[in-house]
Amino acid sequence: MIKKEMIAMLLAGGQGSRLGVLTSKVAKPAVAFGGKYRIIDFPLSNCINSGIDTVGVLTQYRPLKLNTHIGIGIPWDLDRNIGGVTVLPPYEKSTNSEWYTGTANAIYQNMEYMESYNPDYVLILSGDHIYKMDYEVMLDFHKANNAEVTIAVMPVPMEEASRFGIMITDANKRITEFEEKPAHPRSNLASMGIYIFNWKTLKEALLARAEQPALDFGKHIIPYCHEKGCPLYAYEYTGYWKDVGTLHSYWQANMELIDIVPEFNLYEEYWKIYTKSEALPPQYLSSESVAERSIIGEGSNIYGQVYSSVIGCGVTIGKGTVVRDSIIMNQTRIGDGCQINKAIVAEEVRIGNNVKLGVGDEAENDTAPHIYNSGLVTVGERSVIPDGIAVGKNSVVYGVTTTTDYENYYMASGKTLIKEDEA
Amino acid sequence: MRAIGIVLAGGNNHRMRELSQKRAICAMPVAGSYRSIDFTLSNMSNSHVQKVAVLTQYNARSLNEHLSSSKWWDFGRKQGGLYVLTPTVTADNSNWYRGTADAIYQNLSFLRNSHEPYVVVASGDCVYKMDFNKLLEYHIEKKADITIVCREMEPGTDMERFGTIRMNEDYRVEEYEEKPLQAKTNTISCGIYVMRRRQLIEMIEKCAEEDRYDFVRDILIRYRGVKRIYGYKIRDYWRNIASVEDYFYTNMDFLKTEVRDYFFNQYPDIYSKVDDLPPAKYNVGSHVRNSLISSGCIINGVVENSVIFKNSFIGNNCVIKNSVILNNVYIGDNTYIENCIVESRGTIRTNSRFVGENGKIRIVVEKNERYTM
Repeated sequence: MIKKEMIAMLLAGGQGSRLGVLTSKVAKPAVAFGGKYRIIDFPLSNCINSGIDTVGVLTQYRPLKLNTHIGIGIPWDLDRNIGGVTVLPPYEKSTNSEWYTGTANAIYQNMEYMESYNPDYVLILSGDHIYKMDYEVMLDFHKANNAEVTIAVMPVPMEEASRFGIMITDANKRITEFEEKPAHPRSNLASMGIYIFNWKTLKEALLARAEQPALDFGKHIIPYCHEKGCPLYAYEYTGYWKDVGTLHSYWQANMELIDIVPEFNLYEEYWKIYTKSEALPPQYLSSESVAERSIIGEGSNIYGQVYSSVIGCGVTIGKGTVVRDSIIMNQTRIGDGCQINKAIVAEEVRIGNNVKLGVGDEAENDTAPHIYNSGLVTVGERSVIPDGIAVGKNSVVYGVTTTTDYENYYMASGKTLIKEDEA
Repeated sequence: MRAIGIVLAGGNNHRMRELSQKRAICAMPVAGSYRSIDFTLSNMSNSHVQKVAVLTQYNARSLNEHLSSSKWWDFGRKQGGLYVLTPTVTADNSNWYRGTADAIYQNLSFLRNSHEPYVVVASGDCVYKMDFNKLLEYHIEKKADITIVCREMEPGTDMERFGTIRMNEDYRVEEYEEKPLQAKTNTISCGIYVMRRRQLIEMIEKCAEEDRYDFVRDILIRYRGVKRIYGYKIRDYWRNIASVEDYFYTNMDFLKTEVRDYFFNQYPDIYSKVDDLPPAKYNVGSHVRNSLISSGCIINGVVENSVIFKNSFIGNNCVIKNSVILNNVYIGDNTYIENCIVESRGTIRTNSRFVGENGKIRIVVEKNERYTM
């Protein structure tokens, strides 16, 4: 008989639209992070490091890159005879076929998967946070308190608390009340979107609320359990945890990795982060190159200068090019004599010679100022920028562009240039 | 592919000096991220050889660790796979491998139990890329009994450490001399052979009967007039690691664009065990020129014309010139290193100075206490 004490369900179906063009062709959990990783590597590595060897990954939005990355789970040692990693896309049913309409709805639609492992506990994770966490310790807490639901929370500054789901607890960490994005928060314990459920409790709640449209954990399942009087506990986590939901927070989290001793340290032997290695060779730095306050991935060739940047695998940076405060993702090639300032350049981008990114003064983005801000230049996956182009701040370039797309080799700050070739 | 593979990985060499104390040559780290056996194994895998045996006996711990899983070279298959064969005591044998032929003899069942008609025998200490399918085609076309991969060396190469061969205009081998003091040709054997499986079994059994143990001396040289032995000439990059100098300059070759391009960018790839190390990190004060840096390194000082292997730490104010720093080395602040090979897992104290004088390569083995944060 198959039996697992705890299995994990990892929600990886969301688009993450606030990452703009970075997620126009890939799901947010598959977005590159920290030079060689992808965001989903963090929860997956946490799982295996916590001794959880059965993980269902729920996918829906643009799953190709995610599927290729996960494969059969070899990098995380999740290629198992029993359990391991299973990708769970929405599927057709004889009646009532639907997409995943909400976080809990996605879990509800995979009841059969969970049932087959006969678990005592189910851990619900989301695939868009950067952190290291031992879920086993959280489970111990859950057991010690005889909880039916445990929610991981972290203290946030009081003034930011109104952006989160806030938990109000008693002295024993039992949750007495909770509020979703309260205007006047009464506590600063924010939900991290990480839950441990007793399997029976979860199953019962999902079945009871199955008909709810867009069934969501925060909005429906947790309130349901609370109203029923289940013991809900808050597990306080004080380590590094970063939501990389916006371009600015994504950029900032990357930049924190290049500090002398970063708060989020990838160099610890203990608690390694695993990923599918896309390149093996060492990186080459030429005689004219400079690399300072930067991290660089495998197989990259640096002929120019790199300052305070995060460079992925297989990247080429041409002679005389200066890259500053930027994120350059895997397999991107930047020509000679370029100046790249505060840019996020996605994977497999081709940038010609003498291109300048991030010039001039800031101006508000004309199409989506809530996405493209903080002075960043964002270049989408597989884009092409021809020789001699200068691009301003708070701007976005996506697609195969030619000189005719620019006015006099120039694109002012705040402009948007998106050329969608196909759907 | 109609051949199985045998990788001869047993050897050691006093010319490797201190470097051989820790591991067999096949397990020597090469080019920042690889080990020398990765090249032969990747060639086998890329040529679709499905079943490969690695014969090893000298200090195999490091090699065994590297080969702990066969999946990195895509040998984790139900059909075939990777076999690591070390000497074992049996009812009728209690010897170590007494030579390359004896190593094969002691594992003859590996050959007997296969059904592929051919065998590729290759040494595991060479750095090269090769499609064994082409070699096999040539072998069949020549109706050869044994085909030896060979290469012409530049004039002036020290031939004393190679086997040299002389061929006629049809590439049939007429003479084979092992490690000649005065070489008559500059064509050398690359230590890669192909032959029929049954033929090999027969020859190896004959050798064993006559108490002969060496593949080169007792098969290639002994049979050179009797059997049809042919040479298959290659012109591509090939280098074997037989001495400290070979080792040093093989690594330095990877600083050349064309060598890097050949091995790293051109199809097919070379595979190695994945180590799950973070990207290399360059802190303020780092200045790297014409060097290879591997994942997991943290660089705080100056590195010039050097190859730094995985997971090494270079302290503030250090200068590393023209050197090879192996895996997991910690170099304390204000250290000067030139013309050195620093052995893996070493810890070098602050304010040290190690220089290989007069262009000679110095091997640095420093096992000090490491200060860890």
